[in-house]
Amino acid sequence: MRYFELFGLTPSYQIDLALLNTHYLELQRAVHPDKFAGKSEREKLLAVQKTAEINDALATLKHPVKRAEYILSEKGVDIRAEQQTLQDPAFLMEQMELREALAELPSARDPEAAVEEFEDQIKVLDRKYSQSLAQLLSANDIESLNTAADNIRKLKFVYKLRDELSRIEDTLFD
Amino acid sequence: MALLQIAEPGQSAAPHQHKLAIGIDLGTTNSLVATVQSGEAKTLVDHDGKAMLPSVVHYQENSIVVGQAALDNAINDPSNTLVSVKRFLGKTAQEITASYGQLPYIFDETSGSLKVQTVQGLVSPVQTSSDILGVLKARAIESFGQEEIVGAVITVPAYFDDAQRQSTKDAAQLAGLNVLRLLNEPTAAAVAYGLDSGQEGVIAVYDLGGGTFDISILRLNKGVFEVLSTGGDSSLGGDDFDAILVSHFKEQTGIETLNNKEHRLFINKAKACKEALSSYEKVNVGLQLRDQEFVVTVTRECFANLVSDLVKKTLRACRRAVKDAQIELEEILEVVMVGGSTRMPVVREAVEGFFAKKPLTSIDPDRVVAIGAAIQADVLAGNKPDSDMLLLDVLPLSLGLETMGGLVEKIIPRNTTIPVARAQEFTTFKDGQTAMSLHVLQGERELVDDCRSLAKFSLKGIPPMAAGAAHIRVTFKVDADGLLSVTAMEKSTGVQAEIQVKPSFGLSDDQVASMLKESISNARDDMEQRMLKEQQVEALRVLEALEASLSTGGHLLSQQELIALRAAMTELALKREQASDPDDIKTAIEMVDKASSEFASRRMDESIKKALTGHSIDEV
Repeated sequence: MRYFELFGLTPSYQIDLALLNTHYLELQRAVHPDKFAGKSEREKLLAVQKTAEINDALATLKHPVKRAEYILSEKGVDIRAEQQTLQDPAFLMEQMELREALAELPSARDPEAAVEEFEDQIKVLDRKYSQSLAQLLSANDIESLNTAADNIRKLKFVYKLRDELSRIEDTLFD
Repeated sequence: MALLQIAEPGQSAAPHQHKLAIGIDLGTTNSLVATVQSGEAKTLVDHDGKAMLPSVVHYQENSIVVGQAALDNAINDPSNTLVSVKRFLGKTAQEITASYGQLPYIFDETSGSLKVQTVQGLVSPVQTSSDILGVLKARAIESFGQEEIVGAVITVPAYFDDAQRQSTKDAAQLAGLNVLRLLNEPTAAAVAYGLDSGQEGVIAVYDLGGGTFDISILRLNKGVFEVLSTGGDSSLGGDDFDAILVSHFKEQTGIETLNNKEHRLFINKAKACKEALSSYEKVNVGLQLRDQEFVVTVTRECFANLVSDLVKKTLRACRRAVKDAQIELEEILEVVMVGGSTRMPVVREAVEGFFAKKPLTSIDPDRVVAIGAAIQADVLAGNKPDSDMLLLDVLPLSLGLETMGGLVEKIIPRNTTIPVARAQEFTTFKDGQTAMSLHVLQGERELVDDCRSLAKFSLKGIPPMAAGAAHIRVTFKVDADGLLSVTAMEKSTGVQAEIQVKPSFGLSDDQVASMLKESISNARDDMEQRMLKEQQVEALRVLEALEASLSTGGHLLSQQELIALRAAMTELALKREQASDPDDIKTAIEMVDKASSEFASRRMDESIKKALTGHSIDEV
């Protein structure tokens, strides 16, 4: 797991974000292009490449869904570019209902309270699909990994809801 | 010379002399140059003792006047006097007219990029910016005497897109400045304040200048300035406050249309009125024109009402930036005020109200950016090898590609830490398709028409295949200055086609080179001589840097590798002394570069390992 190694961290879904950030800054101090302002073109280029790689690794590890997808892909199940749709009618039905509720938020009597309530709902869903991820992703049997993949797909829906909520918030309170 | 060399703990870097580097705030209304001398950052002044150079260029038949004299004369020759030209960088005539309305200039876009008609012919905003930079450079040279300026840090609004950044860099190159870094203005301000007061934590920088507004949320942590988010409006500034006052004057005097000269008069009066309102509750403005004398009275309250929409617009951007930074408003420890427009009481009060905190104003808001840039330039030039300072910037606007139906597919979202490289794969739409056109865009909106078009290019020579079988990998790379390059490659058959994007607004390298050549021949300089000198300086730099690297990292090379590298270095040293053709030195530099590439890469890996030493034992 190259990304974890880069930051000197043990590969795991559960990650110490503060430590990740500390190590990130230490790495940046060593390789950021500004440290090579007077060096040869080749060294400058190398510094840009290394820093870009470190930035990409950070963005991947920092984001819960991207981190999960990364671990999964390192274990041979790559779902990052998949087009396939989720086969879970009950979940999809629930998502549709949530979407409808979201669309009605702006016309709620107290939009601010409605936004908060919706945020809580999202948090519950987030917990539901991410709490078993650490365990599933540490396993190596294909069954656990497939279950993890399924949870990640659902988490993506939850994160999309959250993004949408934040957009609605923007328009409501601007 | 070793620059910011990473030395072993306890070992100091090679001794070196102080190198002169400058920081330039290339502003919409005023520009400044600063440098660090004897450990202190100072703005440099002209013969009249003034630090601020009005960003105004007057093109006369036989001469170019820059600064106060040009501004004073603007009223007499508005169409040849370019004011606030920074707003035109990387823009089209249509966009400029849409944003700023009536302007006394005649635009020409027949060459493909925007130019303004003057008595000196067509002039591009890049050229005008370069004229301003040239005056600041001359001021610095004069104050330094014989010493050479190794480079400059030039500030840009955090909100500047790729085209605008590229144009700024082109202007600097045209003025003969070696750009060490393009630095975001708010970051520069934070550098100035951060080092002065040892600030740590989250801070907001509210920068309302003459023509641009920026809000940045930064985290300062043990010398690292991390930009968490940026926002703002590249077409909102003090000039807009003036424009509102001009409309108010027109309304009060009953004069509906103004000629260029009258318009300039109204703008000058509006500026004076706005500035006076920072000290007085009420201002009487006298306007003499068309054999009449008008007096318009403006109170602070009246002014506040007139500009409240503008002020609110800035606060909306503040709210979004705080949100993008994923922090709570309460976490912000300090608010830094930058830009002359933050002297307006109406602005200060609004900012204080929004952040619930008294903003910092102890450093002159007009100079704070130049001072920060000078501090950064000093570090980048290698004068502070022990400096912990590191500036991590983010991409101000999302970058993407046009896809089916006029939609934009985002490749790199805004506020991603740069430098960054991201790749995405696309495929062909039709059977046997051999070419694909790519349209690079920047902006947050979903529709192509709402985003800024940066470049269009096509990838040709795709082998004919069934639709969907080809894999086109498009890679976006953004460097530490926020400048983009895009490459596309067809990979399924191993056939590679690669294209470098040429920005549609900036100048191509050839254009810069030819303009540079022109300006040099005008000055009757010897081009060949100058290029030879440049290559000799470059060769020395390469040799010194390698020598320093070898002294600390020589153990990374085998005996054989060391001999090969030494041979190339000896050859370069010889060429530097004897060659009369700059290309010979250039070739020798390239040979050394090649011979040292493996060494550079091993040194990089070692610094990475070293950076994490002490953690890896217990954690891996």
